[in-house]
Amino acid sequence: MSVLLILVPLAAVLIMNLPLHKLMRKLAFWVGLVLCMLQAVLIIRMPIGFWNTQPDLLYRLLLFRPFTDNLAFVMFLSIAIVGFVSLLVARYAIENDGSKLFNFTNLLLLAMAGMNGLVVSRDLFSLYVFLEVSAVASFILIAFNNGKDALEGTFKYLVLSAVATAMILSAIGLLMTVTGSVSFKTLSSVMGPNSGNPVVLLAVALLLGGLFIKSGLVPFHGWVPDAYSSAPSATSILLAGIVTKTTGVYALIRVVTKMNLLTHQVQVLVMAVAAVSIVVGALAALGQSDFKRMLAYSSISQVGYIILGLGIGSNLALAGAVFHLFNHAIFKSLLFVNAAAVEKQTGTRNMDILGGISDKMPVTGFTSVIAFLSTAGIPPLSGFWSKLIIIIAAWKAGFHVYALIAILASLLTLAYFLSMQRRVFFGKLASGFEDLKEANLWILVPACLLAAITIGLGLCIPWLLNSFLLPIRSIL
Amino acid sequence: MTFDFNMMNIFLLALFLAAGVWTVLTSRLLISAIGLAVTSIMLTILLFLMKAPLAGVFELSVCAGLITVVFISTISLTKPVEKSEVLQLKMKRLKRFVFLPLLLFLAAWVLFAKPLHLTNPAQVPVEQTTLQHVLWFARRFDLIGQILIILTGVFGVIVLFKTKTGQAEKQDNER
Repeated sequence: MSVLLILVPLAAVLIMNLPLHKLMRKLAFWVGLVLCMLQAVLIIRMPIGFWNTQPDLLYRLLLFRPFTDNLAFVMFLSIAIVGFVSLLVARYAIENDGSKLFNFTNLLLLAMAGMNGLVVSRDLFSLYVFLEVSAVASFILIAFNNGKDALEGTFKYLVLSAVATAMILSAIGLLMTVTGSVSFKTLSSVMGPNSGNPVVLLAVALLLGGLFIKSGLVPFHGWVPDAYSSAPSATSILLAGIVTKTTGVYALIRVVTKMNLLTHQVQVLVMAVAAVSIVVGALAALGQSDFKRMLAYSSISQVGYIILGLGIGSNLALAGAVFHLFNHAIFKSLLFVNAAAVEKQTGTRNMDILGGISDKMPVTGFTSVIAFLSTAGIPPLSGFWSKLIIIIAAWKAGFHVYALIAILASLLTLAYFLSMQRRVFFGKLASGFEDLKEANLWILVPACLLAAITIGLGLCIPWLLNSFLLPIRSIL
Repeated sequence: MTFDFNMMNIFLLALFLAAGVWTVLTSRLLISAIGLAVTSIMLTILLFLMKAPLAGVFELSVCAGLITVVFISTISLTKPVEKSEVLQLKMKRLKRFVFLPLLLFLAAWVLFAKPLHLTNPAQVPVEQTTLQHVLWFARRFDLIGQILIILTGVFGVIVLFKTKTGQAEKQDNER
């Protein structure tokens, strides 16, 4: 049934653009919200067997059997939550332009369909096709307001994304010449005997390089700060919260685990890139004065943690990586929601101008504290547990240096977020903001929802770890 | 008189490479677009020689034909740079290619130092199937992805161009 997660948003977009255009234009936002909520509720409520069944009619129509496991569940849920939040923020930021909100909703649903398709893909080529759907939708969503900075950010993302696409497609072509197949099942069985083949080595290098670009890892991160900071607020949430996670990180986890790519050389490469990303991202975030730009560099650092877990490769490390992937989707979305509220209410993102606005915007200030404490890995919030799991896994696997890097970078994270809190929310109110008001419910509801998830996940960790996260490796 | 296909292939590959380099290095957009079309035509001939006529037809009609028309139409909407800026831009552009010879040398060294064995005898034979069969029976799921991309492209045009035209008209009316 997981194929419905692609077909329903697609059908919704088609129906919304039928002749009853004026009526649908008014309803589009609500249709988008209901679809996001429906996806989240069904993912939580329905068992895994439900998602792996395929009615005969659907099978005959698509000739495809879906593939759903715990990792796919995490992704579907993240996509639904971040999509829901992004729509609410779009409503807050776009306000009175019905046409813009209608277009945004359509593009968001198309991006969601693309990301859901990527998650259920059973072969490398389908993964590539749906990866492109999400990427194309993202380009347009970044350039949505037609501003100069946004167009520049889109252009950078477009060029680097095109390089990544060329690399991934070349890798698929090379693997086809050697193995004759693109399915994960066949590739995993033939990768071992062919691991010394130079063509296969070249293909693996191209594939990993392409996915590193999509994940925004150092040194392939050039597009991330510009794209995240120049995009409209709702798009920034979508990009940082889920698009980069799905098209880069999830695809990387799926490809590495499904194709048995984690040889010693690949492990060294992946862990080195992860460690450099953790440190460089955190150091670069320290020197930023633009709120959203700082969050973009912070994302690079946090994605490094996820990839570090993937590189370690043990059951515990992968559980930590997947948990951190979900946590990061939640708390980074929350921070971008806060940034959207601050930008809209104050008219600036420059942290040097802001100051002491927590008194005027108490809910935004409080939820941003929750998000930053979670990002920095302070107990008992969810970010603490996922980082702890990754660090323990690194230590247990004998990667002591990497564990130390992860701990020290957490201190850097704490430093730049404390600096952000002090410059934006705490201290004396900056002049010119005396009449500042708290943002409205369209943004406070998603902020509170994401903060509640961050706290709730932190408190539920014993149950989550044993029942959901640790079994992930065995079925990957 | 016998026709040497190997020599022909090498000659076409050299032309293909030269056209590609020309496309990237030239400073004029129009020349670059034409260079891209020439590159596509070379690739089309190579695809025909490699017995891939369908790929050749797509390459010729879409890349050499349609995309070139779109590029040239777009270029016709732009205005040329000032004469004073030409030299400045030329120097700035050439700086980007400083490392190109080094990259080419490295690529050649890698290729010659470690042959890629592209004609590996252990290759899996590819099933003899038609394009229609592959698209309709083997890759039907990917067609949904293609539909999604087309729809996204349509919204892209609406968001980036239609809205902009509307804004421009509004500004004109205000004046």
